[in-house]
Amino acid sequence: MSIDLSKLSVRTIRDGLASKTWSAREITQASLDRIAATDESLHAFNQVTPELALAAADAVDARVAEIEAAGGDLAAELPPLAGVPTAFKDNMNLRGTRTTCSSKILSNYESVYDCTAVRRMLDAGAVPLGKCNMDEFAFGSSTENSATGPSHNPWDLDRVPGGSSGGSAVAVSSAQAVLSLGSDTGGSIRQPGALTGTVALKPTYGRVSRYGCVAFGSSLDQIGPFARNVEDAAHALKAMSGQDPMDATSMSNPVPDYAAAVRAAKVDGMKGLRVGIVRDMLDMDGLDGRIKRRTEEVVGIFAMLGAEVGEVDLPTSQHALSAYYIIGPAEASSNLARFDGVRYGVRATEAEDVMDLYLRSRAEGFGPESIRRIMLGTYALSAGYYDAYYGQAQRARTLIIREFAEAFENYDILVTPTSPEPAFKIGEKSADPLTMYLNDIFTIPVNLAGNCAMNVPMGMVKGLPVGVQLIANHFSEETLLGAAAILETEIGFDTTPPRAQ
Amino acid sequence: MSISEEQVRHVAMLARLGLSDDQISSLGQELNSILGHIDQIQKLDLEGVETTAHPMEVVNSMRADVIRPGLSREDALLNAPEREDGAFLIPRIVGGDDAS
Repeated sequence: MSIDLSKLSVRTIRDGLASKTWSAREITQASLDRIAATDESLHAFNQVTPELALAAADAVDARVAEIEAAGGDLAAELPPLAGVPTAFKDNMNLRGTRTTCSSKILSNYESVYDCTAVRRMLDAGAVPLGKCNMDEFAFGSSTENSATGPSHNPWDLDRVPGGSSGGSAVAVSSAQAVLSLGSDTGGSIRQPGALTGTVALKPTYGRVSRYGCVAFGSSLDQIGPFARNVEDAAHALKAMSGQDPMDATSMSNPVPDYAAAVRAAKVDGMKGLRVGIVRDMLDMDGLDGRIKRRTEEVVGIFAMLGAEVGEVDLPTSQHALSAYYIIGPAEASSNLARFDGVRYGVRATEAEDVMDLYLRSRAEGFGPESIRRIMLGTYALSAGYYDAYYGQAQRARTLIIREFAEAFENYDILVTPTSPEPAFKIGEKSADPLTMYLNDIFTIPVNLAGNCAMNVPMGMVKGLPVGVQLIANHFSEETLLGAAAILETEIGFDTTPPRAQ
Repeated sequence: MSISEEQVRHVAMLARLGLSDDQISSLGQELNSILGHIDQIQKLDLEGVETTAHPMEVVNSMRADVIRPGLSREDALLNAPEREDGAFLIPRIVGGDDAS
């Protein structure tokens, strides 16, 4: 039987297992075959793990047999992500895999424990396909800053898939995987979601444990899913959410049934939903005019569907990029101090003394963008500059949080474009770091404020997918996913690139 | 604010990065370009605004003080570049003729 993964969802895979239409092994083999056939041109993966995948699939099939033997109801008793082929960004630890962060300095690093979010996905029945390419240590918006080479956008192989979770976006967009996980510090899930036409969710800070995900900016990082439809993203979010004793910043808020909220929203509609378009962000320099118009049309769709639509300005968020490029690198420079060639990772050979070992292991092991961010962060934290940079950024962050809180007094959902332009050519922006940084201008404020937000594909510009960003208040993922699901149905965007059909 | 080459060298040493002269020179230019943009933040009037280090109001998140399994010695050393007698092996820390 030939299985077309581009047509499958979390729900249809599980239904098919329950009706004995296919086995988890057949689904998994179809995924592995597709990766084998396409990844040479896409480079979504740093490492493919067929043994882990098939073992997980066989465990699901054994569970099917067990439930049947006991006379149980497969549709009720199978775990929620049973047999779903899932890919993980290569900064998430999983025993039996390397976790390289696409960096030379961790190129030989073998995981010795599991990331909580990954473990929860696997416990819910997901099948681990492997580890996805990324910008080194998640520094970037194109997946070009990778020691293993760039990933390619399935809609146009000469273009970037966005980043830093580019490989995870490509794996789902090209239907190698049905779900994938990425991490988002300033837009690293949402922006590649926009550039590859996938549904991409950054949960509220603290919704998902960060344990076992190699830290970049600890007050900003959050793990979230890529999917080809909103309901699949909801299933993934439910599986990985909730407090974790291993992450003191994970929150104890109850975990609702997000997929049920999605189905309910599709029935109930948008009546009473208050939607605010962020006007001053739409007027920012550098925003593609067609993306701006399309975003305004999307707000028109919200209005047509019965939402109460208005406009809001977020003037302090104009300074979010500056605050972020102080706070992010400051936290990163501290987090990356551990990579010193002593306990793990690549060590410089024939070091004279331990200082020589630090200096050379780090300079040889980190790529150019990692060095840039470590330098920027170290400078911003150094004596004499700390208050002018780090202190100022932390104060700006307070105002940005307040600004969002005030906006959410009047609106349930805020709307901006996800990215100011569609996917750009590989190499087009790599010479100028600042131009690259501007790609995350709409996504960064959300990380500073800790809100949840997601990319929803909203159409095509120049033959490339573009996305709208929906933002909701802390722990309002049900509202966010519900609005996204209704919009998804109304827009009817086909998330499968022509080459993957 | 702009950053001098001497400052770039100082910061590289703070960050324990043994950079080449070429890297120091190009980083100086790149950092100045980035700082030129970031400096917009100096325009904000933030007098009296408190700082935020963390987006959620969580204070002293505690867990029960109970023993639980941690990494085994074998796992902790699995990725060690060099090891000896169940410990990480590193080059000498104190210089031969350095009294410190």
